[in-house]
Amino acid sequence: MAYDAKFRVWRGDESAGELRDFTVEVNEGEVVLDVIHRLQATQVSDLAVRWNCKAGKCGSCSAEINGRPRLLCMTRMSTFDPVETVTVTPLRAFPVIRDLVTDVSFNYAKAREVPSFAPPADLVPGDYRMQQIDVERSQEFRKCIECFLCQDTCHVIRDHEDNKPAFAGPRFFIRLAELDMHPLDTLDRKHAAQEEHGLGYCNITKCCTEVCPEHIKITDNAIIPMKERVVDVKYDPLRWLGSTIRRRRGSDVGDAR
Amino acid sequence: MTEVERHSYDVVVIGAGGAGLRAAIEARAQGKRTAVICKSLFGKAHTVMAEGGIAASMGNVNSRDNWRVHFRDTMRGGKFMNHWRMAELHAKEAPQRVWELEAWGALFDRTPDGRISQRNFGGHEYPRLAHVGDRTGLELIRTLQQRIVALQQEDEREFGDPEARLKVFAELTITDLLLDGERGAGAIAGAFGYWRESGRFVVFDAPAIVVATGGIGKSFKVTSNSWEYTGDGQALTMRAGGTLVNMEFVQFHPTGMVWPPSVKGILVTESVRGDGGILTNSEGRRFMFDYIPEVFRDKYATTEEEGDRWYGDPEENRRPPELLPRDEVARAINSEVKAGRGSPHGGVFLDVSKRLPAEVIRKKLPSMYHQFKELADVDITAEAMEVGPTCHYVMGGIEVDPDTGATPRVRGLFSAGEASGGMHGSNRLGGNSLSDLLVFGRRAGLGAAEYVDGLAELRPAVAEADIDAAAASALAPFRTENGENPYSLHMELQQTMNDLVGIIRRSDEVSAALDRLADLKRRAANVTVEGHRQFNPGWHLALDLQNMLIVSECIARAALEREESRGGHTRDDFPVMSHTWRMVNLICSLDGADVRVEHQPIPEMPIELLGLFELAELGKYFTTEELVEWAEHPEGTG
Repeated sequence: MAYDAKFRVWRGDESAGELRDFTVEVNEGEVVLDVIHRLQATQVSDLAVRWNCKAGKCGSCSAEINGRPRLLCMTRMSTFDPVETVTVTPLRAFPVIRDLVTDVSFNYAKAREVPSFAPPADLVPGDYRMQQIDVERSQEFRKCIECFLCQDTCHVIRDHEDNKPAFAGPRFFIRLAELDMHPLDTLDRKHAAQEEHGLGYCNITKCCTEVCPEHIKITDNAIIPMKERVVDVKYDPLRWLGSTIRRRRGSDVGDAR
Repeated sequence: MTEVERHSYDVVVIGAGGAGLRAAIEARAQGKRTAVICKSLFGKAHTVMAEGGIAASMGNVNSRDNWRVHFRDTMRGGKFMNHWRMAELHAKEAPQRVWELEAWGALFDRTPDGRISQRNFGGHEYPRLAHVGDRTGLELIRTLQQRIVALQQEDEREFGDPEARLKVFAELTITDLLLDGERGAGAIAGAFGYWRESGRFVVFDAPAIVVATGGIGKSFKVTSNSWEYTGDGQALTMRAGGTLVNMEFVQFHPTGMVWPPSVKGILVTESVRGDGGILTNSEGRRFMFDYIPEVFRDKYATTEEEGDRWYGDPEENRRPPELLPRDEVARAINSEVKAGRGSPHGGVFLDVSKRLPAEVIRKKLPSMYHQFKELADVDITAEAMEVGPTCHYVMGGIEVDPDTGATPRVRGLFSAGEASGGMHGSNRLGGNSLSDLLVFGRRAGLGAAEYVDGLAELRPAVAEADIDAAAASALAPFRTENGENPYSLHMELQQTMNDLVGIIRRSDEVSAALDRLADLKRRAANVTVEGHRQFNPGWHLALDLQNMLIVSECIARAALEREESRGGHTRDDFPVMSHTWRMVNLICSLDGADVRVEHQPIPEMPIELLGLFELAELGKYFTTEELVEWAEHPEGTG
């Protein structure tokens, strides 16, 4: 079952780099990460790649395979024709550090801009009561493994570096949606999504949903509902006035759902 | 003098999994300037792979549960080798630690009355594991990660700097602990490491360090562990003069994937069995009924009918033996395969498709469904999985004080989580790891903070000569020419440990392993790495290899020393559990470059905790002398 595959792997750093050709053995059942590891062990010991669990749970080994954002550990070699050349390149939306490793600190900076979960001040640990049906919507978004493939593929930042400061990206839209739909969160997430995190830049092409290895319906279940809610709140004068007053008072009571 | 980037903190936490993050949150809550060091990106630690749940006796599903029942189960699972005080603290404090996560944003699955749902697991008398489908570890690490972000947001508001009191150093590896240069060895002064990205050196000046670096699985060929599990913390501690306890106890999880070869070892959660999965051999027989050991004889169903009824009526029936503690199930699978009754790829069959409808399986076990579908072309809602044992966890670890996590021989050094030892005895119950991380992570953070308070003005100081020495040893692999390839040495080490110090051990094989380890140690001093210091995995592995070799030697030496079979240590030549060996902890320390093993008496359990067990049960583990002493005690009522 073993065969020699043709691989083309990007090597270089922030200053320069190039695609390099390799011929490397592939065995039955292997994934692209196995082949990258074999290259390290037998041909280029200093080939840089991030990985941890090799089971699709940690979201470390994100890269682009034949131009498509993928997890290296969840892309099976059997999905390619043995004569096909497999091209592996680093995530395009983030600065290269070395070889397949990119600087993803953008995402950690954005994470810090989303205000944290804010439960009612008088609710003590142990007294939380929530129904399964009410937590399920947020649970879908908490499946996110932070591989940042959605961030990488999103046109708003992939092709427009200058949008980065104003745009949190799909990963953080689902974080906002998760908190917004959390039965016990008390903050207003809707205005923030639009005004501080750039939700309006998204034009719903669903590219993020397509690349999500956890199959989270980012666009349908998070972005679109958030956009609709933003519209609801924005154009309903009474609700707008109410929420403004509440925010001025600094109250921790959320909007009625 | 070596050029280094320098930072100063009150507490430095090495490791950013569940234990490390919880320790850091606590140290920061105590007002200490705290650094967290991750070998990977923030939020990627091995904790993320935990699947089944967090054990805590909240009693949400069965109100008869309480800390005493949890304590009993934990001691039984560990075959009474556990440090009783750790098992006690763990059972008492786990519920608080779980509820706290909820207040930080965790969203566990719910009971019909809106509380945290709890599931059955091996060795736990009642449904006890708080969970989120089969991705509980992800929920735990993300919640702690987001709690750290929340604390940083507080600091941003208060000081205009989010990292004023708590900073995460991602992709940084610590290679040496630095001791006080002025007053001789014995007190922590800091730590030395390198940024993976640039290869530049970093020194942390800090009087207190918490080691929470996790386990050692990457020394074995078939493992569920990620590349980070190279025994760094254990090795750092030993080089600093600290000790490890009972390293021979290594847990082989009974159910890892066995096919295809590239995924061999990846974990198949115990929840599959907790939710009704059955184990069969090639003859279709539910073989676990043939492997119920004497000590558990009265607690498990003896017929398939009773075992099946237990899922609907746990009060009137005993649980099926598929839910025996992990060591028992792993050995049983190993025996079936050896006897020629294995599955086509050398495992056994695990089938949940006949017990639950497809949509329930997809909901309760989504990651398993996904993992088998995408990596093995197996649909677990319609067919059986093939599974076999995989190196999963080390019960042994850094010797610590149960209440504070302090190491006995190095002042200022603390440890928690899988890196530390004692809590789980000879075998860990599923679900007790995540709770261990939280309970003892918090305690180690607190212990470190209190230690710093007690130091007053005079803090230990790092010696420049130690920095130079640490830099020189980190750079050694670049200076060697025509040495060996670190990847080849690593593969040899994994094969050695797998073949000779694996699930079943023998004196001659372990001795042979020690010879090979000595040879590997000699050759590892002479590895060559190519390229430069910027994100160079060959270099990283060359340094990690030194740690793997130290912990592997500890495992092998302790495994050779302990002449009995108990929990995660099975000796073919000493197949019986020995009452006298139960009283012995094996302590590893470094003597020059060699590992020394010493005997140390196990801490004695106080009478009120012994009283939680029936005398007949204790008789299975304790010596007659111990029992007589207890029976004659004024409070020893049995």
